[in-house]
Amino acid sequence: MTFSGVISTGWRSTDGKRPPTFLVASSAIVALAALIPVGYLLIRSIGAGSDWFDIVFRANTAAVFGRTFMLILLVTIISIMVAVPVAWLTVKSNIPLRRVLSVASVLPLVMPSFVMATTVIEMYSPKGVLQGWLSGLGVNRLPDIYGLGGATFVLVLMTYPYVLLTVRGALRRMDPALEEAARAMGYGPMHTFRAVTLPMLRPAITGGSLLVALYTLSDFGGVTLLRYQTFTSTIMIQYQSSIDRTLAAVLSLVLVVIAVLLLLGEGFTRGSGAYHRSTVGAVRTGRRFDLGNWRWAGAAAVSVPVLIGLIIPVGVLVHWLVRGLLNDQQLLPLLIPARNSLYVSLLAAFVTVMAALPVAILAVRFRSRMSRFFERSVYIGFGLPGVVVALSLVFFGINVARPLYQSIWLLLFAYAVLFLPASVGALRSSLLQVNPRVEEAAQGLGRSQWGVIFSVTVPLVMPGALAGGAMVFLLTMKELPATLILSPIGYRTLSSSIWSAASEAFFAKTAGAALLLVLVAGVPTAYLTLRGHGDKVGDSDRLMKIDEVAR
Amino acid sequence: MGIDVAKIWRVVISVVLFSMLLTLAVACSSGEESSDSKPFVVYSGRSESLIAPLIADFEEVTGQKVQVNYGSTSTLAATLLEEGDNTPADVYFAQDPGGLGAVDSMLTELPADILASVPDWAHDPENKWVGTSGRARVVVYNTDMLTEADLPDSIEDFANPEWKGRIGWAPTNGSLHAMITAMRQEWGEDRTRSWLEGIVANEPKIYAKNTPTVAAAGAGEIEVGFVNHYYLHRFIAEVGESFAARNYYTRAVDPGSLVLVAGVGLIEESDNKDLAKQFIKFLLSASGQQYFASQTYEFPLNDNAKPNNLLPALADITKPSIDLGDLIDLAGTQNLLREVGALP
Repeated sequence: MTFSGVISTGWRSTDGKRPPTFLVASSAIVALAALIPVGYLLIRSIGAGSDWFDIVFRANTAAVFGRTFMLILLVTIISIMVAVPVAWLTVKSNIPLRRVLSVASVLPLVMPSFVMATTVIEMYSPKGVLQGWLSGLGVNRLPDIYGLGGATFVLVLMTYPYVLLTVRGALRRMDPALEEAARAMGYGPMHTFRAVTLPMLRPAITGGSLLVALYTLSDFGGVTLLRYQTFTSTIMIQYQSSIDRTLAAVLSLVLVVIAVLLLLGEGFTRGSGAYHRSTVGAVRTGRRFDLGNWRWAGAAAVSVPVLIGLIIPVGVLVHWLVRGLLNDQQLLPLLIPARNSLYVSLLAAFVTVMAALPVAILAVRFRSRMSRFFERSVYIGFGLPGVVVALSLVFFGINVARPLYQSIWLLLFAYAVLFLPASVGALRSSLLQVNPRVEEAAQGLGRSQWGVIFSVTVPLVMPGALAGGAMVFLLTMKELPATLILSPIGYRTLSSSIWSAASEAFFAKTAGAALLLVLVAGVPTAYLTLRGHGDKVGDSDRLMKIDEVAR
Repeated sequence: MGIDVAKIWRVVISVVLFSMLLTLAVACSSGEESSDSKPFVVYSGRSESLIAPLIADFEEVTGQKVQVNYGSTSTLAATLLEEGDNTPADVYFAQDPGGLGAVDSMLTELPADILASVPDWAHDPENKWVGTSGRARVVVYNTDMLTEADLPDSIEDFANPEWKGRIGWAPTNGSLHAMITAMRQEWGEDRTRSWLEGIVANEPKIYAKNTPTVAAAGAGEIEVGFVNHYYLHRFIAEVGESFAARNYYTRAVDPGSLVLVAGVGLIEESDNKDLAKQFIKFLLSASGQQYFASQTYEFPLNDNAKPNNLLPALADITKPSIDLGDLIDLAGTQNLLREVGALP
C-alpha cells in the first residue's frame, strides 16, 4: 500500500448516484429549519428606513469589520495551535493522568461567556488577584488586559474545545496503518505527524475552526466585558439602548453575510482527498505512543489550557462562593434547575445529532450542489447572536407553531437550530473516515438503503456522533438567550440561574450555580469523551515505543 | 469487515431509551395545560435573585399563582413586540422606563389610585407605567485613594483636567444615557457637549456595565466611576465592609444625582387585569416598598416604607426636578455620545 494509492482511492465513486428520497427530504426539512433566523431577519428588514444605511456605513464601520476579522483570525489560529497538540497527546500518547486530562480539557466549553470573562478580569485585570500575588515583587499594576489581547484570550479558552473534540474524534478513527507505514519508512514522530497525521486531520481541524470562527463572530458577553468592539457587540449595544427590531435585523443581515463569507472561505480549504481506510480487514485501534520521559512534559503541556481555562476560573468561583458564605449570603435552590439542565441538554444532544445525521450523510456520500447547500445552511445561525435566533423562533412560534410556543418542544427545536453545525461538523469528519465500499458491500448483500444507513453507517460514525453530541450537550448546558426567552414559563435551568444571579452582582449565587454547572456537565462529558476507542481498561499495554518504530 | 452486532444493539437501546424520555416530556408538558383559566404571567426584566421572594409573598397573601418569565429588560421588550396581541404576559416589570417606553403601544392606562401612590415625576405622563422603586445615579469612589472631601460638589467638575486618567464609566449603559438626557434638559446641548468632551479628554476607562465599574473602583483600578447606587451595596454584602469603595451623592443640585425608577406596566390584551392591578398595588404597598428598601437597597417611592438606613433619605438627595417621562430623547443622547467619540 502506498500513500498515493490511499489518497487517490476515491469516495467520489458514490458521485452520480441518486440519493434516497427520505435522505433528501429530511435534510431539506433540517436546512429549512436552520434558515428560519435568516428568513425572520429578511421579513423584519422589510420597511427599514434609510437610517440603517447610515448606521451600517458609519465612518468607523470599516474599522469594526477590521477588528472583528482580526479577532476571528487570532482566536481561530491560536485555538488550533492549542487544540491539536492536546488532542494528540490525550488520544495518541501515554501521558500520565490521560483520562482526567481528556475530560478536563473539554470542560472550559461549558463556562458561559460572561462568567469566563468576569473570572478572567478578576484574575488578570490591572489590580486583579494576580497583581495582588505579585505585589510582593513590586508589581503595582498589571498592563491592561482589555482590548484585542484580553478578548482573544477569553475566546480561545472558550472555543478551543470545538477543535479539540472534532480532532479527537478523527484521531480515534484514523487508520493506524498509515502512521505505522510512515514510521516503518523511517519517519520520525514529528515528521510522521506533519506528513501523515496532520493532513488526515484536515477535515476535523477545518470543521472545528469553522465553529470557532462563527462563535467568535457571534459572541457578545466576552467581548463587551473585555472591551473589544466587534460587529456583534455594536449591534447588541445599539439594540439594547434603542430596542429597534428593524435596525437590529438589518445589522444582523450583515452578520449573515460575514458568516457566508467564512463558510465560503472554509469551503476553499476543503480538498477532495480520501480520509478513510482503503484496505479491507478488521478495524484496528490505533496504538498509543510511549513518550518515555517526555510523557511528563506532555502532561504538563495539556495541563496549561486546563489550568487557565478550567482550574483558575473554578478557583475564582470557589473564592466568590466562600467569601459570600462567610458574609451570610444565601445560595439559590439548585436541585430542580440542575435536573432541568441535564434533562433538556441530553435531549437536545440526541435530537440535534439525529437531525444532523441525514444532512451529514447526504453531504458526504451524495455530493452535489444541493447537499452542499443543505450542509452549509445549518452553520449560519451559529454566527448570529443568540438573542436574534431566539427572537426569530418567538416569531416562528407565535405565527406558525402556536401550540408549541413556550413548550419544551420549541425550546428543543431552538437548541437544534442553534447547535446543528456542531454535530453536522463532527459527523461529517467521522463519515469521511468510513470507506463507502463498506456500505456498498452491505447493499450488495441485499440490504435496503435505510438498512445500510442504520445498520452500517450509523454504528461506524458513532465517534463523530458522540463528539458532536458532547458538544451540543455542553453548549446547551450554558446556552442563555434562547433558554431565557423560549423556556416554558417558570422553567429554570442552571444557566438561567447563573444569569439571574450574575446580572445583579450576586457573586456567591453565581458561583454556586456555575460550579454545579461544571460538575453536572463533567459526568456526561467524561462518558462521551472516554467512550471511544482505546480507552477500555487493559489497553495500556498496547503502547508503541517511539524509538523502536523509528529505528 | 464484519458488522458489529453489539454496537447496533447499543444504538437501538439508546433510541428506545430516548423515545421513552421524549414520551415522558410530552406527558409533562401536556399536564400543565389542563387548567381552564389563563395563568397570571409576569414578564420580569428584574432578575429572579432580586424579586423572587417578593413574588412568593404576593402568592402567599393572595393565594394566586404567579408565573414569571425572567429575562433582560430589552430582550423581554423585544419578545413582547414579537408576540404582539398573542402574548401570554399580563404584566411587564422593567428595570427602567426605556423598556416600558418601547412597548407602550401594548400597555393600557393605569387607574388613578395606582398612579397617585407615587410622586408625579415617577410615573409615565401618559399613565402607561408606574415607578415601583428608585435608584440614584452616584459617583462610586475608591476609599483608599480618596475621601468624600476630595470630591467636587457637582458632577460637572469631573470634566476638569485634574481628573485625567482617574475616571471609569460605562458609556453603553442605559442609566448613564438617562443621566445625560437629563443634563441636556437641565444644562442645554452645548453645556452637556462640553462636559462630555471634557470627560472624554480625561481618558476614562470604559466598562461594559455598572458591576465591573464598581468592581474596578473597589480594586483601585479607577478612582471614581459613574454608576447606579445599589451595586455597591451588593458588593459590600458579598465581600464585607472591607470592600474599598463607597457611594458619593453629588452635593450640587444637578443631574449627577438623578433618581431613576424601575417600573411596571399592564398589558392591554391581558385577561387577568384585576389580578394584575392587585399585583401592581402590592408592589406599591407597605410590604412591597419595604421589600425594595430593605432587600434590594432601593429607594421606596412613597411613605409606606421605612428607607434603608444604609441609604440617604430620598428627600435629602439633591436630585434635579425632572419628570422621568420627559427623558425620552435617548436617540439624541446616543448621537451626542457618538459625536464626542464616547460611543462607537
